[in-house]
Order: sequence, then structure tokens, then C-alpha cells
Amino acid sequence: MTRDEIVAGLAEILEEVAGVNPDDVTEEKSFTEDLDVDSLSMVEVVVAAEEKFGVKIPDDEVQNLKTVGDAVSYISKAQA
Amino acid sequence: MTVEVVVTGLGATTPLGGDVASTWDAMLAGRSGVSALTQEWAAQLPVRIAAQLAVEPTIDRVQARRMDRSEQVALVAAREAWADSGLADANLDPERLGVVVGTGIGGATTLLAQDDILEASGPRRVSPHTVPMLMPNGPAAWIGLEFKARAGVHSPTSACATGSESIAWALDMIRSGRADVVIAGGTESVIHPLPIAGFASMRAMSTRNDEPEKASRPFDRGRDGFVLGEGSGIVVLERADLARARGAKVYARLAGAGMTSDGFDIVQPEPSHAGAARAVAKALKDAGVDGAEIVHVNAHATSTPVGDIPEITMLRTVIGDHPVVTSTKSMTGHLLGAAGAVESIATVLAIHHGVVPPTINLDDPDDGVDLDVAAHKARHMEIPAALNNSFGFGGHNAALIFTRA
Repeated sequence: MTRDEIVAGLAEILEEVAGVNPDDVTEEKSFTEDLDVDSLSMVEVVVAAEEKFGVKIPDDEVQNLKTVGDAVSYISKAQA
Repeated sequence: MTVEVVVTGLGATTPLGGDVASTWDAMLAGRSGVSALTQEWAAQLPVRIAAQLAVEPTIDRVQARRMDRSEQVALVAAREAWADSGLADANLDPERLGVVVGTGIGGATTLLAQDDILEASGPRRVSPHTVPMLMPNGPAAWIGLEFKARAGVHSPTSACATGSESIAWALDMIRSGRADVVIAGGTESVIHPLPIAGFASMRAMSTRNDEPEKASRPFDRGRDGFVLGEGSGIVVLERADLARARGAKVYARLAGAGMTSDGFDIVQPEPSHAGAARAVAKALKDAGVDGAEIVHVNAHATSTPVGDIPEITMLRTVIGDHPVVTSTKSMTGHLLGAAGAVESIATVLAIHHGVVPPTINLDDPDDGVDLDVAAHKARHMEIPAALNNSFGFGGHNAALIFTRA
């Protein structure tokens, strides 16, 4: 999957779970500060992302995923 | 000198309508909110009827997925009551605003749905919103959050007396000076096979599956149990001097409340209804109203064979033989934790408009129904003071007295 495809997939999840406008989802955006995703919704995003991208994202990894770009890098590496 | 408390806002979503006006119109027209359960899961149940919401709750999609249905209906009703009160523009200090909203059963449908997910897909798939969705204080908390209430958010739980007890505790909150305005009421939404099977196993529910609209028939000889309903009723209670100072519309005065407990049985009411009688007597004393002045009673009467007649006998003893009695549960079904709140709204509107809503399906009054019940048709009359009764599993008795403001 390309980085753009992963961003698009995350945007879909973020819209469903937290009502984020897909146009706002770009790599430099912070989940909590820019996109207003609270901690419980972040848990939902992670679980949905695991399912969508067929990867495992351990809980202690989640705190390192500050931006959409961080998540894309992690997913992309995990898929490889 | 007791602080005077008035009702300045009403909100409801019920099996009869999505708001207070449509619910009240349906009550006066004597419409039943009971229908057949057509869901696939209902086929195996001995009870296949219920009073389902007339209008699905309108909550933003993202917020709705974090809220149990009982929380959603409470918020819908609270929004209506708050708008009705006009307090949004009154610059109320949030530290003077409280919430007292309870539920009989809480987020049982969330619990059961998440248990299905746990069994099918494992613990990691269980929603992180599960706990706030199923906790019984969730409806009150969501309402407190929406209106920034900071005087205290409370959730009394007393089964089918919850709605009335919540209003009684709200009265106490204002009288004791802890708040100037309280959003109060009850909510319930548990139309799901498990609660239905549980109540049905108690033999508490009507099995008149072929005639849903005739199933809830309080005081009638042919009654065979209650009909489960869902919905919410919310009132805005306010210190009377502040309400008058801001020129608020005042529906009625909440003059007094009485709460007692039977100490008798976990589900059976005390046969002589002594606990209920004490609640009504306490409410009269609290309100400074004589039994002779109570011309209308919105009875608890749920349409069960054991419950309805002792209430009539009790009313005759404590109030007298003059009140015009009704059971709006004949139309709404039994809203459990919301019942006392929706029935308080019906009582307030009866006073406000001078009309008692009917008890439908009362074709053949049972032995012992020796008070004037407003059977079939609404009754127009002056109502200076009225009583609303609610009793709950656990031996809870709550009586509220409303008077013309």
C-alpha cells in the first residue's frame, strides 16, 4: 500500500469513529491536537486500523503515534 | 419558610410522540403507543408487544455511537425541556445548575451487545465506550455535560419509582440551597429479549399479543400485566422567585414530595399499601395541602392483576372518595425508570390545561375500583392540585404533589 492509500484509509476510519472531515486528514496532523480525537476514540481508531490494514499495533506503540504520518509509517513498516 | 419551586420546562420522547406536544395530544385523544414486536428475536418470546418510541432519537451520528439508547432519549428530552424553559438566554451560573436523572435498569442493551462482541470477536473488539454507555449515571452525566451543570449531577435508582424520586430529590436540592435550577427526570430503553424474558418469567407482563393496543388496561377486570415501554421525561425545576424575576413561563408549582420504603419484599408491594399511604401522607404534609384539595391523581397503576386495586383503596383512605384518577400507562405502557417523570409531565399539563387524560381500555372496572377513573375520554375540569404516584420493585414509594402556580 502507498502512503497515500494508508492516509485515505485512516481518514475513512477517523470520519466513522470521530466525525473528522477526511479533507483534514494529512500526514502532519496530530490526532489529539489537530483532529480532536480523544483517548477513547483513539483506541477505536487503532483497533479499526489493525483490522483494515491487517497489522498489529501494540498498546505501548500507540503513544508514539502522535501524527497521522507516524501512524502511516508504522502501518507501512508493519505491512512490509 | 420553605423555598417555593416551580416547573418552567418540559421535555419528553415517548411511545406516543417525539416531544411533549405530540405526546400530550395523543394522550388526550386516547391513543395507544403499544404495538407488536416484529423483530426476529421476538418470535421466541412469550411477550411479543411493547411500547416503542414513536420517533427515533435525533442525536448527531458520532455522539450517538458513544451513547446508550437510554442516554440518547434522555438527552433528546432534556434538550426540549431546556429550550422550553428559556434558560439558555438567562445567564445562569453553572454552579447553580444541577441534574437529577435516573434510570431503572441503565445501559443493559449496550452490555448485552458488547457481550455478543466479546463472545464473537474477543476482548480487544469491545468498545472503549462500553462503560460510560452502560453506567446508570450516564444519562444524567451526558445532560450535565451538555448544559455545563456544576452544582451536582445525581442518579437515583429505584426501579419504577426512579422518575418521581429523581424529581423529589431535585426539589430537595433547590430547597436546601444547593442549586437554583435542576434538570430532573428519568429515562429507560431496554426493549431487548433479555429484560423482556426476565419480566415475563416473573409473570408480570401482559401476553395479549394479538391485541397490542388493548394490552395495557389498568383497573380493568381483564388486565393481565404491564406492557414494557421506552422513553424519557425531563422537567426543569426552578426557584420560584428567580423564575418570576426573569418572567419565565410557569407550568405549575412542585408543592411537595413524599418518599418511603416498604421494608417488606424485594418485588411484592406491601399488601395493605401502607408504605404508599405513608408516602402520599408525607407529600400532603410537605406540600401543606389537604387531601380534600387533591382533585386529580395520576396513578402508578401498571395493569398488573395485583397492583392496581390496592392503590385505589389506599387513595380512598388517604385522599378521600373525590379525586378523578387516571393511569396514562394505559397509553404509554410502563416506562419503568421514566414512568414517574413522564407521568409528572402529564400531571403538570393536566393542571396547566385543566384536563385529565383518559385511562383507555377500561371497559369493565374490576371489583374495588370505587373511585372515579377517567375511562376512555379526557375529562375537562379545574385542577388546583394533583398527585402523581410511583412505586418500584425494592419497595420504593414516591408521591409528588403539583399545584397551580
